[in-house]
Amino acid sequence: MASMFKLDNLYRFFMKAYPIKSYRGRPLNTPLHKALNQCRVALITTAGLYLREQQPYNDRIIGGDCSYREIPNTIETQTLALGHRSKAFDASGAEDDINLVFPLDRFRELENAGKIGSLNDRHFSFMGSITKPKPLIEKTAPEVGDMLKDDDIDVAFLTPV
Amino acid sequence: MCNQSVGLIQRAVEERGISTVSITLDESITKRVKPSRALSVPYRFGYPLGEPDNPELQHAIIAAALALLTDETPLPILRAFVLPR
Repeated sequence: MASMFKLDNLYRFFMKAYPIKSYRGRPLNTPLHKALNQCRVALITTAGLYLREQQPYNDRIIGGDCSYREIPNTIETQTLALGHRSKAFDASGAEDDINLVFPLDRFRELENAGKIGSLNDRHFSFMGSITKPKPLIEKTAPEVGDMLKDDDIDVAFLTPV
Repeated sequence: MCNQSVGLIQRAVEERGISTVSITLDESITKRVKPSRALSVPYRFGYPLGEPDNPELQHAIIAAALALLTDETPLPILRAFVLPR
């Protein structure tokens, strides 16, 4: 475990020198005009999740695979495959409990308890380890945004690994 | 790089008129990408919801993140997760 923490710190140190996409000023704001218990919610993760019948992500693309996979809301969460493997993180926790990176079961509990209005019929996963995010910025992230807009969702909840 | 990708996707979704909130494991990246609302959690990479098989902790993190949706602080909001007592 100690070595994993050391690796975590090493990765964080390395990331400080990385050319991260930087934005100035305030991000665009879409305020929430409804109570959460009236909201339709979708989840988005960068854990590289996919269904067994879907094509796995391609880890040979230089700069990273910016594609996404649609995850139906009806999925049994523990059947999802975790496509993202990296030396920078320990995947064993997510292999034990996928809610650690994609908390769909927790959101189902919130829906059943009436804390959120409803879950969207679909959620989305992207791959991690994208070092050249241009296709993500220009194509795939806007595509997913457009689909979620068409679905008329109110809230998107996003998780990294 | 996941934390960069999340921020970039989040910006694209928020720009389409959907309220968004994310979890971040790396504040230094999130401060640069500047998504609208992010909850910073003190866990290692691969553990954004804290611990596997700990629904109580996972719910506490989700609740803290969802609370940012109605926080009136000017954006971007980057808030540290504090474990409720």
